[in-house]
Amino acid sequence: MIGVYHPGDSLVHRTPALVKLGLLAAAVTVVALQGSLIALGIAAVATALLFLPARLPPAAVWGQIAPVLWLLVFAVPVQWLFAGWEAAATMGLRLVIAVALAALYTLTTPVTATLDAMQMLLRPFRRWIDADRVGLALALAIRCVPLLAEIVREVLEARKARGAEGSVVALAVPVIVRALQTADHLGEALIARGFDD
Amino acid sequence: MSRIEFDRVSHDFGAEQIVDGVSLTLTEHRVGIVGANGSGKSTLARMINGLVTPKSGRVEVDGLDVARRGREVRRRVGFVFTNADNQIVMPTVREDVAFTLRRHKLPAEDAAARVEATLERFGLTALADRPAHRLSGGQKQLLALASVLVADPALVVADEPTTLLDARNARLVSEHFAALEQQLVVVSHQLELLDEFDRVIVMEAGRVVADDAPGPALATYRALIG
Repeated sequence: MIGVYHPGDSLVHRTPALVKLGLLAAAVTVVALQGSLIALGIAAVATALLFLPARLPPAAVWGQIAPVLWLLVFAVPVQWLFAGWEAAATMGLRLVIAVALAALYTLTTPVTATLDAMQMLLRPFRRWIDADRVGLALALAIRCVPLLAEIVREVLEARKARGAEGSVVALAVPVIVRALQTADHLGEALIARGFDD
Repeated sequence: MSRIEFDRVSHDFGAEQIVDGVSLTLTEHRVGIVGANGSGKSTLARMINGLVTPKSGRVEVDGLDVARRGREVRRRVGFVFTNADNQIVMPTVREDVAFTLRRHKLPAEDAAARVEATLERFGLTALADRPAHRLSGGQKQLLALASVLVADPALVVADEPTTLLDARNARLVSEHFAALEQQLVVVSHQLELLDEFDRVIVMEAGRVVADDAPGPALATYRALIG
C-alpha cells in the first residue's frame, strides 16, 4: 500500500473501496475453501482477466506478485514432498490468486479511500471504537514502513563505515533510538496539524 | 496580522535553562529568529502553537492563551518542521495535503478543490500521485508547506525549514516562504532568507540580545558568532 497506487479511471478504479474490499474478502474466502484444481484454474484465469480493464503497467503488477513467487519456489517442493503434487499445486494456486487479487485492490485504490472505507465499516461500532483514530493509526502504520526502512538503511551504512558489520548492538541501539525519536517527531507533527486529541 | 505575546516566558530542560524570561510582542508580517544551536530559538517558536508549554510565563496568540486553548490556537497557526519526513503522514503527495483537511469536515468537493489549488500553487500537481517519501528534499519541504497552507492558517511558524536542503532547493523553498501572504515567523540559519523580513530577533543563551530591523539585528548576530 506504500505508494503503489496507480491512478486511472477504469471501472476497477472507480468501484468504491468498500465494495472492492467486500469482493476481495469474499473471493479470497472462496479460493481458500476451494479444493478442486480445475475450479482454482478457472479462478486464476478469471483473476488474470480482471487486470485487463484496470490497464495497469505490467511491471507494477509483477512487482506486487513476484515476491510471493520466491516463497513458492521453496514452499511448493516441500509440500509436494510431504503431501503430493495436487496439494502443492492447490496451495500454490490459492496463494497466487489471493496475492493477485490483493495487488489489484492496492494498485487501484488510494490509501485514503481504504481509510474512509474502514471508517465507514466501523461506524456502527462508534460507541466503542473511534473510527477516526483507527484510520489514523492505519495511516501511520503504513507511513512508518518506509521511514523505518530508511533508518535501518542509514544505520547499516554507518555500521559498515565503522567496521562493525557483525554487531547486533551497533544495529539495534541506533535503530531503536532513532525510531523512538521519529515517533516523537511524528507525534509533534500530528499535534501541529490539529490531530491533538 | 495576528498578535503574538510572550510574557516573561522561561523554560528549562532540567538543569539547562533554554528560554530565560523572554517578553516580546510580535505583530509584523515577517519575523525572523536567529541564534546559535541551543540558544532557545526553536523552543521559543514551538511555544507559539503549544508544542512546548513554558515552565513559567504566558504565550498568547490573538489573546488566546496557548497553554489553555492550544487547539484553537493551532487552527490559526501552521507549523513547518526542519525535517519534512517527520511531517508527512500519508503515502502520496495528494493524500498528504488532503490529510490536513480531514479534521475540517469540509464537503468532499470543496476539500478536493482546495487540495488541487494548493498542489498547483506549489508546483506539485505533476507529483500528486507519487509516493511522498520518494520526493527530493526540496519537494518534501514544499509538500510540508503545502500541507500546512491548505488549511489556510493566519500565521505560519517554520523551524529551520531550509537547513536540510541543498542551496538550490533552499532558494526554491525560501522563494515560496517569501511569497506567503500569511504572517510568518521563521527560525533560520540561512540569514539571506531574513534580509527582506520586517523584524529579526537574535537569541543567545535563552535571552533576546537583539531585536531590530534585519540589517542591525543580523550584524549583531554575525558579531556574536564571530
